Amino acid sequence: MKIPQLSVFLENRPGSMLEPLQSLAAADLNLAGLSLADTEQFGIMRILLADWQRARDVLTRDGWVVNVSEMVAVDVDDHPGGLARTLEVIAAAGVNIEYMYAFYLRRGGKVVLLFRFEDPDAAVAALSAAGIAMLPEQDLY
Amino acid sequence: MRSPDMQKERWNDAAGGFHPVSAPDYLPEAQLREVQLRRLKAIVTRAWTHVPLFRERLDQLGISPDDIRSLADIAKLPFTVKTDLRDTYPFGLFASPMRDVVRLHASSGTTGKPIVVAYTEEDLDVWTEVMTRTFAACGLHRGDILQNSFGYGLFTGGLGTHYGAEALGAAVIPVSGGNTERQIMLLRDFGVTAICATPSFFVHLVDRAAEMGVDLKELPLRVGVFGAEPWTDGMRERLEAETGIKAFDIYGLSEITGPGVASECSEHHGLHVFEDHFYPEIIDPVSGQPLPDGEEGELVLTTLSKQAMPMIRYRTRDITAIITEPCSCGRTLRRIRRISRRSDDMFIIRGVNVFPSQVEAALMQVEGTLPHYQIILTRTHGLDQMTVEVEVTPEVFSDKVRAMEDLRGRIAHAIERILGIRVGLRLVGPHTIPRSEGKAKRVIDKRTD
Repeated sequence: MKIPQLSVFLENRPGSMLEPLQSLAAADLNLAGLSLADTEQFGIMRILLADWQRARDVLTRDGWVVNVSEMVAVDVDDHPGGLARTLEVIAAAGVNIEYMYAFYLRRGGKVVLLFRFEDPDAAVAALSAAGIAMLPEQDLY
Repeated sequence: MRSPDMQKERWNDAAGGFHPVSAPDYLPEAQLREVQLRRLKAIVTRAWTHVPLFRERLDQLGISPDDIRSLADIAKLPFTVKTDLRDTYPFGLFASPMRDVVRLHASSGTTGKPIVVAYTEEDLDVWTEVMTRTFAACGLHRGDILQNSFGYGLFTGGLGTHYGAEALGAAVIPVSGGNTERQIMLLRDFGVTAICATPSFFVHLVDRAAEMGVDLKELPLRVGVFGAEPWTDGMRERLEAETGIKAFDIYGLSEITGPGVASECSEHHGLHVFEDHFYPEIIDPVSGQPLPDGEEGELVLTTLSKQAMPMIRYRTRDITAIITEPCSCGRTLRRIRRISRRSDDMFIIRGVNVFPSQVEAALMQVEGTLPHYQIILTRTHGLDQMTVEVEVTPEVFSDKVRAMEDLRGRIAHAIERILGIRVGLRLVGPHTIPRSEGKAKRVIDKRTD
């Protein structure tokens, strides 16, 4: 139920995102999702892709600092209040959300949202108990 | 009785530290002082006879070699400083005619003319001897395969270690500096057991090996012999933990002979000075007055046996202290504390004296940071600013912005706690700080007056 995500450390300067993406392109690796966190000094590029092990190896070989973290992919109804309901469950379970982003894949009236929880196991348990669907890795790509 | 050759073989098969060439390491103190005094008198006479600058200085002070009757009398002699070598460039301080000189080395220096040093055949023998004693103290012996990543050429590091290791009976790979990937290939394919390098180059090599998927812990590499630039105990712990080697600090400088002036032993508590050849003193760097053993000051060295270019009371600019307590390794040679500061490296920012090693010590206190760092000094509106750039490593990298900001804060705080001044702290990407293949350049001073 947990989705591996790669994070890459970037400096906050023009062109810094381009180089790791060129590495991936040269290795014929296609991104399925991307989110960028930035501060005044640096950025963290988070990416999702099916062949994450190979992507990690390619980026490491080319000298990038890469981290693998576990995400939870939640199926959210694509109508008003869809996300709110999910967040209510998370809040009630007392689990912290580190960050989240949408995965632009519409599946029969649903949207996939990616959550980075402080405690993914607790979040998965709470969501399951509330009947909220989560996607396994193989259904994402 | 065994023949000397057999005995040599036997010593070589034993654990490190007991090569017969190391016998002077264990002289009773009285005997060592006797050797030193005899050699000091001879070398002062030699310099006085053959080096005009030295003779003029003694004449000005109204003293002659006959005034040296005890080791303490060395304090009567004038200092030699680096500019003396520059002012007499290239051969002005030589005490031997060129027909007796068999080797010349030169150090680039950062400004102006290089300094030139010379060796007679006898000087090279002594150099080889002290390097053999260095390697024995680091636990190397016949059968070891040594990758020598010190630069070969004008720099004394490469050739000095080369001949010492060969004399010990190790198999030497004269790879010199640079070409990191090839070095890692040789380390692995040749089953290298020991490496000589600057600590900053070795850190670079460790990082690159990790990226290439080579686990240094899995290799036979056992010993690292590091020198030519200051490094810290914190860095030693990290290198040892990450690579499974034992890391030894060695000390030397071209003006005295090159590497081989002092070396750590298995105790890793200070470096034994090969003081039967190099006489150490500690002085107050400001007043020039000798300081008692145990007190911190500038290291001053006198070459007791160097023929081609005797150095009398050479001011090294290195800050250390002499440790007099006996060492558990059994060597009677006095030790100097690990040199982590050079008075040359010091810079002053907002009235505070700062050494790069203090920044490194702070980085080491913060869990998981590797010391690829650089200090940038700038001046804005007349106010000095110090910014430390630190490369992010996989160990400290997190996908959470908060965690990274927290890391930045912890590093800045650790530096500020040690220095007592505010510093800027930038986390930078891997490989953005230029790697030196010799000595690391830690400080970029962009202040202009």
